[in-house]
Amino acid sequence: MKPSMALAFLPALARMAVSGGTHGNELSGVYVVQEMEQQRKETGEHAWPIPITTVLSNPRAVRECRRYIDRDINRCFNRATLSSPITDSSPYEVRRAQELNNLLGPKGSTDAMDLICDLHNTTANMGLTLIHYTTSDWVTLHICKYLQTKITKVPVRVLVLDVPISDAYSLESVSKHGFSIEVGPQPHGVVRADIYTIMKEAVDLTIDWIHKFNSGTVFEGGDVEAFKFIKSVDYPRDPETRTLTAAIHPQLQDRDFCLLKRGDPLFLSFSGETVKYEEEPLHPFFINEAAYYEKEIAFHLGKKMMLTIPSVQVQKD
Amino acid sequence: MSSRTNVSCLHEARRVAIFGGTHGNEMSGITLVNMWKQNSAEIERNGLLIKPFISNPKAVEKCIRYIDTDLNRAFTPENLSAPDVEGRLYEVQRAKEINRMFGPKGSSDAYDVIFDLHNTTSNMGSTLILESSTDLFNLQMVHYIKKAMAPHTCLVLLNEHPQLKYSTTRSVAKHPIGLEVGPQPQGVLRSNVFESMRTILKHALDFIEFFNSGVEFPPCTIDVFRVQERMDYPRDTNGNITAMVHPHLQDCDWEPLNRGDPMFLTFDGRTILYEGANTVYPTFINEAAYYEKQQAFTTTCREILAANAIRKAFK
Repeated sequence: MKPSMALAFLPALARMAVSGGTHGNELSGVYVVQEMEQQRKETGEHAWPIPITTVLSNPRAVRECRRYIDRDINRCFNRATLSSPITDSSPYEVRRAQELNNLLGPKGSTDAMDLICDLHNTTANMGLTLIHYTTSDWVTLHICKYLQTKITKVPVRVLVLDVPISDAYSLESVSKHGFSIEVGPQPHGVVRADIYTIMKEAVDLTIDWIHKFNSGTVFEGGDVEAFKFIKSVDYPRDPETRTLTAAIHPQLQDRDFCLLKRGDPLFLSFSGETVKYEEEPLHPFFINEAAYYEKEIAFHLGKKMMLTIPSVQVQKD
Repeated sequence: MSSRTNVSCLHEARRVAIFGGTHGNEMSGITLVNMWKQNSAEIERNGLLIKPFISNPKAVEKCIRYIDTDLNRAFTPENLSAPDVEGRLYEVQRAKEINRMFGPKGSSDAYDVIFDLHNTTSNMGSTLILESSTDLFNLQMVHYIKKAMAPHTCLVLLNEHPQLKYSTTRSVAKHPIGLEVGPQPQGVLRSNVFESMRTILKHALDFIEFFNSGVEFPPCTIDVFRVQERMDYPRDTNGNITAMVHPHLQDCDWEPLNRGDPMFLTFDGRTILYEGANTVYPTFINEAAYYEKQQAFTTTCREILAANAIRKAFK
């Protein structure tokens, strides 16, 4: 029997969290969370079919409209950082990460949230991208598949990292089935109505899936196309000063998830030379993300793959 | 019969500065200026002293707009004449330094031309910003640049509004010109935006070189967009925005906005319409740095300015 014909019974998803402002200048998520809190004020706890915790992950960064205060909080959720002792000199985000782990986790325990939906924006032309740290979570992959069928205004893609949970450093790894919703392109510090609407729709559809799943709907399995992270590529830099000597080539700019082949242009130097791609065919994404200049990343490269998931239905007690 | 009596004779423009990094996260100007500081061959012109300059180095280092206060609002008479005191805001101190190096503002010792390089998150394309409708040198220069850039469009924004005009870094010079190219997110360098700005500057320097060599530029007219009004977002009693620029207005810089057109969309999906009596031409629509300045967009009206012929004054 093909795996997709099999039916897996999985526990109901009882508790969900929606987090915005993990990066304080990625505004769609800040306003989606704010709008959800307004809805809760107006309609009470029945605003949604399942209990939802809404949280602004990095309130200080949100107030200052900055990505972070001391350190990128979305790199602080690996086991080592979550268990490091807090002192007076601990970075704000390490402290806050441990607070969030207590609130929404603890990571790896049965008390953790069933699902954290962490909301992000990117300056890259990535449409709607769903990011998860593993390839083997059927709940998350089913939600991705559902969003891919329901959302047609923008491309919906799945990005997987394939790291063990203890090494996963992003907020959603605190929950049992979390993922990030990344929508772009949007400049940091700006809220675009079209991008906000896409993100809100993605959150609403995720809640919709969970409700249907919990109510007994069978979600048919099949193949989900995903991109697996392989490596990053930095900008060409001056060897002494480390300043950029080239920009993303106009023929690569905004072409996230295209297929890069040998000989394709990557960078256009300020003196007019084209730097070309010389390796095996892969797919670039996060092309020209503002926050990645300091991380020495011009873009990531990923391999396209098919993940096969079984049909799923909620386990009846 | 040619009207030889209608040629305005202007002083030679010998000292020119190119400012990048007035805002430390607007990357085209920062990258161009750093490149030209290392190798100035591309910007050299006969008889011209051209100085590429990073206006706000501390902000550039941190890739933020400013440290204490917006440098591009800091060149007020009060700031420029204030005594040197401990604990002064960084940008006020910097404004005084820049005024010493390139001014003093309003004096005959000031630099002839300053180009101030900016980017915007708004979909403004290539925009040249003027502060005076009567600066003939500048009017002729932007006319030259527009023609040279064609078919690439270069629009002209005129901010001569008595209340909305502000004290820019470039206002230290006799002939200040703002270059604003977008859309580009803060902290990002886009190749096409970078190259547009580079080309605009090439044409601008060519103009100055021609002018200084004695070329006469005939009378011309320039289409401009004159700043009228600043429109803020709808806000709640705590000052937080309650709506976003409407998708029909987003990215429509320079296009007519008529009474009844959608303007804002609230977070819960309600449309707010533009209620102004006259058609306006919005610009700086959804600029990231203007949320804190209470500006969702600026309205402009279209105007045609006329400029006399100009040529360099004989000694």
